[in-house]
Amino acid sequence: MLNVQGLHLWRGDRHVLQGVSFEATPGRCVLLTGKNGAGKTTLLRAIAGLLEPEEGRMTWRGASVRDTRDEFHSELAYLGHEPPLKGDLTGRENLHFATGIRRVVSAAEIDAALARTGGTAFADRATRLLSAGQRRRIALAGVLLANAALWLLDEPTTNLDAEGQQLVADLVAEQLSRGGLVVAAVHHSLPLVAGTLTELTLGVA
Amino acid sequence: MFFMIVATLFPLTLTPELSRLRDAAPGVLWIGALLSSLLALEFLFRDDAVDGTLEQFALSGQSLTWMLFAKTCTHWLLTGLPLALSAPLAALALGVPVAALGSMIAALALGSFALSLVGAICAGLTLGARRGGVLLSLLTLPLSVPILVFGSDATRHAIAGTEIAGPMYMLGAIAVLGVTLAPLAAAAAVRIGLE
Repeated sequence: MLNVQGLHLWRGDRHVLQGVSFEATPGRCVLLTGKNGAGKTTLLRAIAGLLEPEEGRMTWRGASVRDTRDEFHSELAYLGHEPPLKGDLTGRENLHFATGIRRVVSAAEIDAALARTGGTAFADRATRLLSAGQRRRIALAGVLLANAALWLLDEPTTNLDAEGQQLVADLVAEQLSRGGLVVAAVHHSLPLVAGTLTELTLGVA
Repeated sequence: MFFMIVATLFPLTLTPELSRLRDAAPGVLWIGALLSSLLALEFLFRDDAVDGTLEQFALSGQSLTWMLFAKTCTHWLLTGLPLALSAPLAALALGVPVAALGSMIAALALGSFALSLVGAICAGLTLGARRGGVLLSLLTLPLSVPILVFGSDATRHAIAGTEIAGPMYMLGAIAVLGVTLAPLAAAAAVRIGLE
């Protein structure tokens, strides 16, 4: 469904992505691995459209991503290094705001997503008072609420305890069983069911 | 607040003579308005860019142009409009006749809206730059010259009691041009700035 072909991207004078190609199909998770600086984050940002690749072609449901940017984005949930939260708002308000700009969302849906990611206990505190792991749990609830077919996750398990890491793996597995797609950059492999995983190692050249 | 302080410093430092202050009033009011809008402009997109929410705006599947336009309007409602509404206090200290206050508020409101729109483009452009504040001023100040010229002209006519329609139409035209082009330009600039 997501097809990436011959992606080349320079950052300054460094040739970071040297002809990356892969295909992601419903129900499968593409794990991006590689050393620090191999271009995992760069690739995710390029897929999301935050970076413009110099060369290469990306299609989503057969249509070029560049031509159908808004439609593509409405089916995409991107979670970067830092949870995108407003520090002065509570977790619940953050989710209301972030999901609200995408679609109409009810309080019950937010409660359900928070319960799923274990964020209920601290959802009413300003997020700047929360720990990094707690903030990530709120952000993961945001990913769930986006109702997106494609998840782009950059180091989703960072700052999470062992139980939290299992939670990420479970969420990914649920997303795959719904027929969704996940592209995740990771350092440690996710404990996923065999057969749903494609590994792509960057920076070998 | 900054605007009020700057505007009231002039009677204290220039001359207490009302007739001479009245001549300087349009310039003082408009430069004060420009500088205070510059101060606030830096935070128009920066905080959102730092905490990552601007990225989520860009990826929400909604039109970034409209979202940034809404943000710019909110920014004006919170900075430009209060400035225009509080201007009569500063204007009276500068010897502006009471009859001119209404037109002066209208000119400042329209002018500060145009300033916010121009500023939104520049704030988007300087998003990716470190120490963007200085660059932001250097970009915004020259682009604000037409607004400043017609705005202070309108205020001068208001003080003299003559017709202000001419410069007000020009201010209005700049604002309309800003509404049609600035959000598009700001959205393009922000997308570059997020790289």
